Amino acid sequence: MWYVKNALTRKNLMALTGLFLSFFLIIHLFGNLQLLLPEAEAKLQYNWYSDLLADNILIKIIAMVLYLCIILHTLDAIYLTVKSKKAKGSGYVKDRRGRASKWYSRNMMFLGSIVFLFLVIHFKDFWYQFKFGELPLDANGNKDLYTLVIKAFDQLWYVIVYIIAIIALGYHLLHGVFSAHRTLGLYHPLYSKIVKYLGMAYTIIMTIGYIIIPIFIYLNR
Amino acid sequence: MKIHLKIWRQKDSQSKGEFKDYTLDDVHQELSFLEMLDTLNLKLVKKGEYPVEFDHDCREGICGQCGMMINGIAHGPLKNTTTCQLHMRSFKDGDTIYIEPFKAAAFPVVRDLKVNRSSLDHIITSGGYVSVDTGQAPEANSIPIAHEEAEAAFDAAACIGCGACVASCKNASAALFTSAKITQLELLPQGQTETSKRVISMVKQMEEEGFGHCTNTEACQVECPEDISVLNIARMNYEYNKAKILNK
Repeated sequence: MWYVKNALTRKNLMALTGLFLSFFLIIHLFGNLQLLLPEAEAKLQYNWYSDLLADNILIKIIAMVLYLCIILHTLDAIYLTVKSKKAKGSGYVKDRRGRASKWYSRNMMFLGSIVFLFLVIHFKDFWYQFKFGELPLDANGNKDLYTLVIKAFDQLWYVIVYIIAIIALGYHLLHGVFSAHRTLGLYHPLYSKIVKYLGMAYTIIMTIGYIIIPIFIYLNR
Repeated sequence: MKIHLKIWRQKDSQSKGEFKDYTLDDVHQELSFLEMLDTLNLKLVKKGEYPVEFDHDCREGICGQCGMMINGIAHGPLKNTTTCQLHMRSFKDGDTIYIEPFKAAAFPVVRDLKVNRSSLDHIITSGGYVSVDTGQAPEANSIPIAHEEAEAAFDAAACIGCGACVASCKNASAALFTSAKITQLELLPQGQTETSKRVISMVKQMEEEGFGHCTNTEACQVECPEDISVLNIARMNYEYNKAKILNK
């Protein structure tokens, strides 16, 4: 992708990978919501679900696309940030341009960096352990990811880090989902407005959904 | 009223600029911002100093020549106003006003507050026109254009090319300017036939001039003296993607 220097094409890639990742968040949330089931049921159900995903060839392909999207989205962000820095010139001494736009729309790279750092921890603690670590088996013979998750969210600092990352993700989505549609060329005034509000609703549902789970586990398990 | 000014002085594009302090003691509140600067310049010339250079032409808010960052905002605090239409009644007695030139890699400083915006002209030259056969002008009513279409094209055509969108953008993107020009021509039947060619070459030129990309913060429309819609940018993206996918 590095040979594509054109910013508009790079932005399209950014939008498409971003939208795919946003779609993935919905699926991931549905998976996580199984953690809220009654304890005995949750353990077997969650471990069964995790194993189901791990064995499915279709899911494996989607997972590959997912990794690719995370990498391309990140590389594209770095490329465009460097480009923007070059285009800006020396900048202003007195700068009050912030009055004209939302703070999170101007700080997508910062918010994205928080999310990326969180992803590194998230992958290390759960994804790596599940794929390559030695996990005990549950009653049904599935890898016991459930206990690993519960143990992690038993620590207050972990819950706090998780919540901060999800809030950063929330603001990233609030601008990102709407911006992606504009980048891809949705210029109809009404549909553009509808997508903006749908994006807001989606963001609120995702943010609350992901935040409830660790709090629930911390308080109840 | 008394006004303190901190004005960016820079000899040329190569030299390093700095703020210089000036104080004007009896500024009338009905003076326009540029007239206030004229007053300052008259004083400087009388003292044998080099006046503060700034761009201006019509002073009626329609030519797009004037433009500077006033207290960190393109064209100053008033919404949808050019610098020349800003008046000193927008400020209070004793105020300190910071004045800087528009800054972007594609807008090199010529001197003080005057920047070279030829990069915007280059974008226009690359495709912001309609090719017509020479000869007699055609009968105007032979091509019917719906009123709504004409109005929409005119809304985009209201762009005066002042560069405030670039100056207000965190990425110094010229997307609002370029897209307004593309939309203006695309909405009319005379311009439609060349849309694909136009959008590809204008976007390419925009890149080559060193402008940044658009991240849809929408600050450009807020600070635009003509309130040009950011939806034009989405339309440009659509036309660009369509042209790339279908024509190549």
